[in-house]
Amino acid sequence: MIAAVSVTGLVKRFGQAEVLRGIDLEVPAGRVTCLIGPSGSGKSTLLRCLAFLEEATEGAILIGGEPLGFAVTPDGRRTRLPSGRIRAVRSQIGMVFQHFNLWPHMTALGNVSEALKTVRRLGRSEADDRAMAQLRKVGLQNRANLYPSQLSGGQQQRVAIARALALEPKIMLFDEPTSSLDPELTGEVLNVMRALAADGMTMVVVSHEIGFAASVGHQIAFLDHGQLLLRGTPQEVFRKPRHARLDQFLDTYLDRGAAMLL
Amino acid sequence: MSWTLFLLLVKASGLTVAISAIAIVIGLTLGMVVSAGMLSPNLLLSMPSRVFVSFFRGVPLLVQLLLIYNLLPLLGLNVPSVVAAVAGLSLCTAAYQAENLRGGFLSVPRGVVEAADMAGFRPFQLFWRIRVPIAFKLTLPALVSEAIMILKSSSLVSVVGVVELTRMAQDLASSTYKPLDLYAAAGGLYLAINWLMAGLGRLLERRLRWGRA
Repeated sequence: MIAAVSVTGLVKRFGQAEVLRGIDLEVPAGRVTCLIGPSGSGKSTLLRCLAFLEEATEGAILIGGEPLGFAVTPDGRRTRLPSGRIRAVRSQIGMVFQHFNLWPHMTALGNVSEALKTVRRLGRSEADDRAMAQLRKVGLQNRANLYPSQLSGGQQQRVAIARALALEPKIMLFDEPTSSLDPELTGEVLNVMRALAADGMTMVVVSHEIGFAASVGHQIAFLDHGQLLLRGTPQEVFRKPRHARLDQFLDTYLDRGAAMLL
Repeated sequence: MSWTLFLLLVKASGLTVAISAIAIVIGLTLGMVVSAGMLSPNLLLSMPSRVFVSFFRGVPLLVQLLLIYNLLPLLGLNVPSVVAAVAGLSLCTAAYQAENLRGGFLSVPRGVVEAADMAGFRPFQLFWRIRVPIAFKLTLPALVSEAIMILKSSSLVSVVGVVELTRMAQDLASSTYKPLDLYAAAGGLYLAINWLMAGLGRLLERRLRWGRA
């Protein structure tokens, strides 16, 4: 079976700084892969590379077997693919951002239906119907006509998830989806993500919610200093005795009273 | 001052409003394109845009109007002087609006653009559906201000023979020997038009609150 996402030898440098130092990762279809690690470990950069929001310096990314952004020629050189090809491969990917990034000049419904109209060229009523169905899925059908500024953070993030889902992606990427939310609002977003995982969506989640990763993740990847230190099922990764660096990282969570999760 | 004179002024101010309105719309649209051009990493786009702005901001509008009026026949374009007037005003205001909008475009949050990228927007769609509305709202007060400026500057088009409000007042003043009355009335009419325009601007600002109280 072809992996939903396959990453080989991924290196990302920002000037002198090497943020990713040769990452190899397979994301199985229909499974939830959680990227965890201390800040600055490169997990967000890796996720942004998977969305082609950052262009990797070296290495290759395959989405459903198709090269993303660059094609690697047999002699090992990379050529940038034409923007049409990039858009086509990218259309299989939905992205949810830490800061929601909703379009402020559109209502919740407008945010979800916009790309259906402008990109997918659906008629207005069909686009609105589909958008409404997505809003219903995230429990916001009665907030459809409110602007992002009138919604709570948790509601905004759920609209953002609906917006991504409306385009029927094969893979959903989540970049710290609850990090800018008040603690009491993270639950509603995590619940939506749980339901999505139960539906069999392929997900890659960068999160500090270790409890979520342990309970929903099928695969955990622990990054540190731009390298993938550990990878496996939650049982394999979190089982004791743990890798020393992971233990050190998890201690910071225990300090914050999350001991019962582990 | 008689009603007949005043009505002549009102009629002439109709032309002032028409010329200005067309120039404001063309200027805004062109300004958006020029502004985007200035911000483009592509030198072939940014250089001409910058030259455009520095020329039309750097040369007095009066000189621009005389240049365009005398240049068009040389290019084989025998157009009525009112077209030359609209062209001159549009190009000039486009340069100013481009500068106004530039700040707005720079303030469009990167993440909002990334979200549109992920949704598959083409650059053209991203520009008109996402960047322009946000930049427009952010710079609206400055845009309205420039629209008022260009309406007042439209008094300069009398030099190419367009009988708009100022020119009509001048003509009537010299034939009636009542300059003070006529210029006071003309000034009052400009004031009233700009009042209306500022009101429209405020109305637009309210409509573009996007849910903020």
